[in-house]
Amino acid sequence: MSRAAEESNRRMLRARDAMDRGYAQPLDVPALARIAHVSQAHFTRTFRATFGETPHRYLQRRRVERAMFLLRETDRSVTDICFQVGFGSPGTFSRTFRDIVGLSPRSYRRAAVTAPVPTCFTMAWTRPNG
Amino acid sequence: MFTAITHSQIYVLDQDEALDFYVGKLDLEVNTDVSLGFMRWLTVNVPGHPDRQILLEKPGPPALSEETAEQVRELLTKGAMGGHLIFTTDDCRKTYEKLLGRGVEFTEEPTERPYGIDCGLRDPFGNSIRFTQPKE
Repeated sequence: MSRAAEESNRRMLRARDAMDRGYAQPLDVPALARIAHVSQAHFTRTFRATFGETPHRYLQRRRVERAMFLLRETDRSVTDICFQVGFGSPGTFSRTFRDIVGLSPRSYRRAAVTAPVPTCFTMAWTRPNG
Repeated sequence: MFTAITHSQIYVLDQDEALDFYVGKLDLEVNTDVSLGFMRWLTVNVPGHPDRQILLEKPGPPALSEETAEQVRELLTKGAMGGHLIFTTDDCRKTYEKLLGRGVEFTEEPTERPYGIDCGLRDPFGNSIRFTQPKE
């Protein structure tokens, strides 16, 4: 492992942090590649090699994890939550949510329990594997 | 049985850079900075609380082989080494603004939680840090 690889890891982590922070924004590969200071061509491949999934999939899981949080902790409507976490349409949201969690947003809400632990851990550990 | 936690440890890539961050930016104070010859024992604490120290340890020989140290560095820079620190603050938003002004980059803005207000950031190496202002 060279210093160059460590630097690459840190850049990819920076882009991943940007997704954790700005999940509700329209984040695309060009924007993320700029944050990581690498070319678009390198970005997706390097991100996948570093974290084991594509940036798109990571962002989807982050958005679904936030949606799970809002379904658990708030009374907001499923449609509101869909847009609030950055999905473009309720159809895409429901499909992606079910695909990753295995339940519809409404079924998840009925079954959910609150976890009394700091957010950094719920963010990492209640994010579904999908 | 036990009465306190006195030392916790996180890995850093560079101890001088760690001091710039933890002392220069976060305002922690150096507790102990001493060379043992083969390693630099460097601990910091929250000002006024020297009873709880954080060891800023650089992975490498003789504690770890070069090869293992490289694996640790790789995990650290991926944000996968653990190394979580959670600090209490009396004013999360004020602390956030102050650190933003010092060029600290956050992973999460101050947000209301069931347990208080908190925000998140990373140290320059990949360790995850939070500040929590507990609910009254």
